[in-house]
Parts: sequence; C-alpha cells; structure tokens
Amino acid sequence: MRYSGFTLISQALRGHTGWRPAWREASPKSTYDVLIIGGGGHGLATAHYLASRHGINNVAVIEKGYIGSGNVGRNTTIIRSNYLLPGNTPFYELSMKLWEGLEQELNYNAMVSQRGVLNLFHSDSQGDAFARRANAMRLAGVDAELMNLEQVRTMLPFLDYKTGRFPIRGGLLQRRGGTARHDAVAWGYARAADSRGVDIVQNCEVTGIAVTDGRVTGVETTRGQIKAKKVALAVAGNSSRTAAMAGMRLPIESHVLQAFVSEGLKPLIDCVLTFGAGHFYVSQSDKGGLVFGGNIDGYNSYAQRGNLPIIEDVMEAAMALWPALGRVRLLRHWGGIMDMSMDGSPIIDHAPVQGLYVNAGWCYGGFKATPASGFCFAHLIAKDEPHPVAAAYRLDRFATGRLLDERGVGAHPSLQ
Amino acid sequence: MRIACPHCGLRDVQEFVYLGDAAPQRPDGLAATEAAMFEYVYLRDNPRGLLEELWYHGVGCRAWLVVRRDTLTHAIEYVGLAKSRKAGAAA
Repeated sequence: MRYSGFTLISQALRGHTGWRPAWREASPKSTYDVLIIGGGGHGLATAHYLASRHGINNVAVIEKGYIGSGNVGRNTTIIRSNYLLPGNTPFYELSMKLWEGLEQELNYNAMVSQRGVLNLFHSDSQGDAFARRANAMRLAGVDAELMNLEQVRTMLPFLDYKTGRFPIRGGLLQRRGGTARHDAVAWGYARAADSRGVDIVQNCEVTGIAVTDGRVTGVETTRGQIKAKKVALAVAGNSSRTAAMAGMRLPIESHVLQAFVSEGLKPLIDCVLTFGAGHFYVSQSDKGGLVFGGNIDGYNSYAQRGNLPIIEDVMEAAMALWPALGRVRLLRHWGGIMDMSMDGSPIIDHAPVQGLYVNAGWCYGGFKATPASGFCFAHLIAKDEPHPVAAAYRLDRFATGRLLDERGVGAHPSLQ
Repeated sequence: MRIACPHCGLRDVQEFVYLGDAAPQRPDGLAATEAAMFEYVYLRDNPRGLLEELWYHGVGCRAWLVVRRDTLTHAIEYVGLAKSRKAGAAA
C-alpha cells in the first residue's frame, strides 16, 4: 500500500479499518542469497539498498528481538556531516544527501528536520580548530558557517553569556544538519525492503556462523539452520560476540551510552546545540521533550543501563550552558550499547572468512550514518568491492596504521 | 557502581579511572613482532559476562587494581592489587 494524501482521506472515510501491517511477519526460508544479521537501522537499510540498487531480493534480515529494539531506537536522533578527515567527510555527506531524499524514496515519513546543528566553541584554539573543520567541510562540498558571538547570541539568547566558566566565543553551524524520527527510520526501511521481497525475521537469534573451508555457508539460529551464500553482520553493540562465532577478534569494546529526555515543554530551542567545554548536546522533539546526552559511562558494559555519575556530569554541563534548565524535570533516561572502536571510526569491510562482511564500530555516531552505511554495505556485499566513499573503513587499517582518528586520543575506546 | 579497594574500602566509582581489559600483556618492545604488537594494542575479547580489568584509584590510594566484573550486570566479583598480580600472586 502506497501512502499518500488520498489513501489517508479514503482510510479516514472508512474509519481507518483498511490499513495493512507495514511489513510481513516472515518465517525464515531454508536458504538465501544474502543473510543480514541485525534488524536495526543499518541492517534494514542494507537490505533496502541491496534490493533497490542491486536487484538482490532473496535477502533475509535476522533480528534477535523486534526490529528497531536496539540502538536505532536508543539514540538522540541527530543527523549531521560535520567531519574533518578526508576518509570521513564524503561518507557522512553521502549520508546527509540520502537523508534529504529519504522520505520520498521510502514513501514513509521519517520526520527529517534540517533545523541546523550548532557546535559552540569557548576558546581561541577551539575556534581555530572549528575554522579548520569548517574549511575541510566546505572543501568537500559540505555546508558550514562559522558564527561569531553576536550571531550565536541572536540565535540562542537564553544561554549563559555572562557568568560561564568557559565563556561562549562562537560556533560552527551546519544548517543542513538536524534530526530525524529514529523509529520511523527503522520502520520505513523495513517497509521498503519488505515491499521488494526481503524477509524480515524477528525473534530469531543467531547462535552460530557456519564456515566450511574458509567460506561461510549459513547460520545457526534459535529457529533452525539457515543457509546463505553471503552473511553480513550489522549488530553494533554485540559485534565482538557475533564476530567471535566466525573466529574473529575485533578492535572493539562495548560501552554503555546514556541518553535523556525531559518532560514536554513549549518550543524552547529550534536547532541541535552542542556544548564545547564539556560533553553535552540537546535538541527538542516535536512532542516538546528536550532530548539530550553526553559521554559514555567509560567502562566495558553490555547492560543497557548506566550509572549515576554520568547523569550528574551531563546535568552539570547542561546547567553550565543553559541555567534555565535547572527547573526542568527529567522524564526518563536509558542506555544503549556502543561498539567503541580503537580509533573512533567504523568498519565496513570483508571479513577474513569468504562471504562474510562486517559493519561495526560505529561508536556513538551510528544513527546519522544509517543511510550511507546501508548504501555502502550493500555495495560491498553486491559487488565485493568497497564503495569509494567508504573505502577508508577497512578492517586491516589498525594493523597497517591507516587509522581514522577523528578525535586523536589513541587506542582507548573509553575516551573516543 | 562502587569498587571495594583493598586499601581504602568500598568507594564510589567516580574515584577511579578505567583503563580496560587486564589480559593483554605488552610484548617485549625490541623483540616483539608487528603482529604481536598489533594484537596487544588493538584486539580485545570484549566478553559479555566476566571480565578482568584495570582500574586506577586516582582519588584514593593511587594503586592500580585488577577488578573482575560482570559486564552484563556490573556486579563485581573480585578486587585485587595489580602489583601483587604482576609479582606472580594469584589474581
């Protein structure tokens, strides 16, 4: 069923009794051309682009829970492409371009809102670093504007400009950045992939990867054995565990990242704002809740919940930037498990096992990358060669020294 | 989360700095192969469950600790001094 103004009106006249489920409840077949492990944003996007761009429809997405129950439903919904390194900028810009056409492509309202992402800076040196980043972005064809203090004050008059320990000096604005409705991204990709024949199998956990003579032959699951010519991992958070089933060790640690939402408020802030003197970022959802977050907890964790010190840390940063938030009540907070890679950048590459592909290591930046990750992963799986904009995301870059250390803190996942 | 430091008793996790998995042992610098160094610096088991890891009690006794902790429940099973482990004592 194609969604349109006409179907909405005709359904309204019929009391909304004719809507169909957006995707089928599929049972696994015995064999597939491509089997994708992980029904999150990246896995579902991969399935969609495999079917729509490469004509590969005999595809299954295997999900241990329900689709969108992992990190695609646990992030803070921000989309942006303000990256510095040549290996990153074109990839995230491809993602931004795909976001811009996503709703038309999927015929699904993902509520993509290009409200702007403003990164504040608080010192001359930080301003210089942001100017360099803005120049790198513009050289790569990405929009970037450096804002001085007066321009920031005009945009956001309610921040603390008087008493801040780290006074605001300006900001880097990407107007095309913004937010998207994260669950709808998973649902939209699922519906689009399903409509092209992809089987989305929920409540089916992969328990083993079958390898014969160095070549993958299928997977063992809680719903039986499934054969596949190619198997693709898109299980960020649990990448190390899944890769271990094929005998691999990854340069990844799993860490917990918390996020927060306040009670619903009247419109307060019309962009995505990040604090430069601590780790805090905030935007406002269409329901009115302030959606915000900060650092990872900083120790290995597979628990989808965090501890109190980080909550205190995030609230302190919020108060330092925007004192009026002191009267706002927190509605809820939650945690998601991040694949923290050793250089802070992702991996989209072949595995040493033939026919096995790895999409992992997204740290806490996976949501914005969802469209390009699926696009490039599908390209890799279909053509057996990396997409040009994702060519730097090699698995062997840690051994060869071609790291993508956007943050430059060394091989410390807890600091990325 | 609180860690029972052998010197200072039960202390809040904010007093500690995390390093990570305690298992990787630095290969002998001059003799090490590139592959051994790569494995030491980058590859991790990253288990879901019990993990022995290194924590530094920076706001307390400034000792390096080995903590055996469940990464799924955050429950801590054992805390010892990294120094005594290095000297060959049972961890």
